[in-house]
Amino acid sequence: MQTVFSVGIDALAYGMVLFVISIGLSVTMGLMRVVNLAHGAFAMIGGYIASYAAQTLGFGYALAVLVAVVGTILIAIPVERFLYRRIYGAPELTQVLMTIGITFCVIGIANYVFGPTLKTIPLPETLRGPVDLGFRTIAAHKLFAIACGVVVAAALWYLIEKTSFGVKLRASVDNAAMAASLGVRTKIVYAVSFAVAVGLAAFGGIVGAELLPIEPYYALRYMVTFLVVVSVGGAGSIPGALLACLLLGAIDTTGRYLLPEYGEFFFYLAVIAIVCVFPRGLLGRSK
Amino acid sequence: MAAVEHTSIAKPVQSARPNWLARDLIGVAVILAVAVLGYFLFPNNLALLTRILAIALLVLSIDLVTGFCGVATLGHAALFGAGAYAAGIAAVHWGITDPFLMIVIGAVGGAVAGLVSGAVILRGHGLAQLVLSIAVVHLFHEAANKASTYTGGSDGLAGISPDPIFGMFGFDLWGRTAYGFAVALLVIVFVLLRLLTRSPFGMLCRGIKEDPIRVRAMGASVHGTLLKMYVISGVVAGIGGALNAISTQVVGLDSLSFTLSAESLVMLVLGGTGSLYGALIGTVSFMWFEDFVSAANPFHWLTIVGALLIAVVLFAPRGLYGSAQLLLERFRGAGK
Repeated sequence: MQTVFSVGIDALAYGMVLFVISIGLSVTMGLMRVVNLAHGAFAMIGGYIASYAAQTLGFGYALAVLVAVVGTILIAIPVERFLYRRIYGAPELTQVLMTIGITFCVIGIANYVFGPTLKTIPLPETLRGPVDLGFRTIAAHKLFAIACGVVVAAALWYLIEKTSFGVKLRASVDNAAMAASLGVRTKIVYAVSFAVAVGLAAFGGIVGAELLPIEPYYALRYMVTFLVVVSVGGAGSIPGALLACLLLGAIDTTGRYLLPEYGEFFFYLAVIAIVCVFPRGLLGRSK
Repeated sequence: MAAVEHTSIAKPVQSARPNWLARDLIGVAVILAVAVLGYFLFPNNLALLTRILAIALLVLSIDLVTGFCGVATLGHAALFGAGAYAAGIAAVHWGITDPFLMIVIGAVGGAVAGLVSGAVILRGHGLAQLVLSIAVVHLFHEAANKASTYTGGSDGLAGISPDPIFGMFGFDLWGRTAYGFAVALLVIVFVLLRLLTRSPFGMLCRGIKEDPIRVRAMGASVHGTLLKMYVISGVVAGIGGALNAISTQVVGLDSLSFTLSAESLVMLVLGGTGSLYGALIGTVSFMWFEDFVSAANPFHWLTIVGALLIAVVLFAPRGLYGSAQLLLERFRGAGK
């Protein structure tokens, strides 16, 4: 029972971190149809900036998170403007080549600027210790990660379903050309959702730093995981991404606890099974 | 299928036949010339050159499925690694150390891996296909890691000592034999692939890439053809893997890695998809560039490789070979 509970909490925390990072990828992929392998690189940049702000500049945790999210978005804007805009609508291979190139660049620069060592983001006092739930204690940062995932999911749901920006976004996802001819400025919608996606990636990178440690090859190591999550959930679908993250988080964590010598074997076996049965993802829209 | 080819292709083929024969001979001559040049220019670096040739076989095999059939894959190292491990296991555990036999075993191993991974990957399209291919290569990687009694796990499979070729040319420390062996293999595979891509089967594959629905309407099996091509591609990749196992005398888990898959796809796109020359040019230029830059500046090499990739997408979207071809055509057009 105790194992089940701790596996469950770990799976939930891991799944939520995956969700926060990859939901942005899911939205941009559904919207702009770009296979963005560099998404993990933005999560890594966020982690590095937060670590720098907290450790070297001595900022508090909340301020460091804010600085990191804003900083990552500022870095991403010219990247979107000058590089990504060229590959919207290009063949997948071109997109893969470009985004792998961006990832390599980011890894190389991070390695040069921050060195090859692991970076930690010191947690504030309240998140450091265990939290007593009455019947069990849980590490506070895991609880925090879960809470962040829930808040992000709720906020995105509100943004996309209830605001006028959400209406334009959904229209552009469904049919960009038609939306543009109806007066939606799709370029702005693209840019804003790209910025939101990158900001969320940075946020997820920081919140999840305890689970996915920040180091230069972070971008390459988790690139595949994020892509897998989007594909399993269905590009552009928020509930799908949430479901995929929880499911894959559960499979991966259970595998690590019970059969650690198999590594990620069962994770990828599950991915193949799911994608074969649902080629458009669990909740992807059929066309 | 046959009827269509008769009507559309029969005439040009007759007049074009001597032309392509001459072109292929020139192509083989250029490959041999470059190989000889490499031998004399870098006599102390033959290990790298042999590695380039082995990877060139992998990139050619990706070109078969990606460039000719339009199947995007980020998991092709699975076939390369399967060939390498098949040859390595045969040598270490079963005592089969004849290099030609090892190559054949590697080709069979690659073909089986091609059949398995093709059956999985071809079920998806677009993003799902990419993700399936990534999952397949990771699955192979974890399986090889787990089966450490056969594969040596993360320590790698060491102790492969191939016999001398024809009992005369031993695999020495300098790697001269391995290099010659690799060049010979590459030329043979290249010629066979030229014939394959020009055969009706190769034309059918190109047709599937352009318009699978139309090919199906013509009565050809899309899935069956692609699966066949995948098996052929597995043979080529398996030969590359076995060659790598023979020349380095060790097989590591990195030959089944996602990184190798991604890098080799990058090499193909860099050179230009849909052309065997593009695959070769992409491999040679990427690996030479990587070696050169990582030796010149170990801190920045990944950044520079990344910048190169971005530059290729922005300025030479058809790859080096495709862009050169386009430039040549324009130049000719302007001359007329």
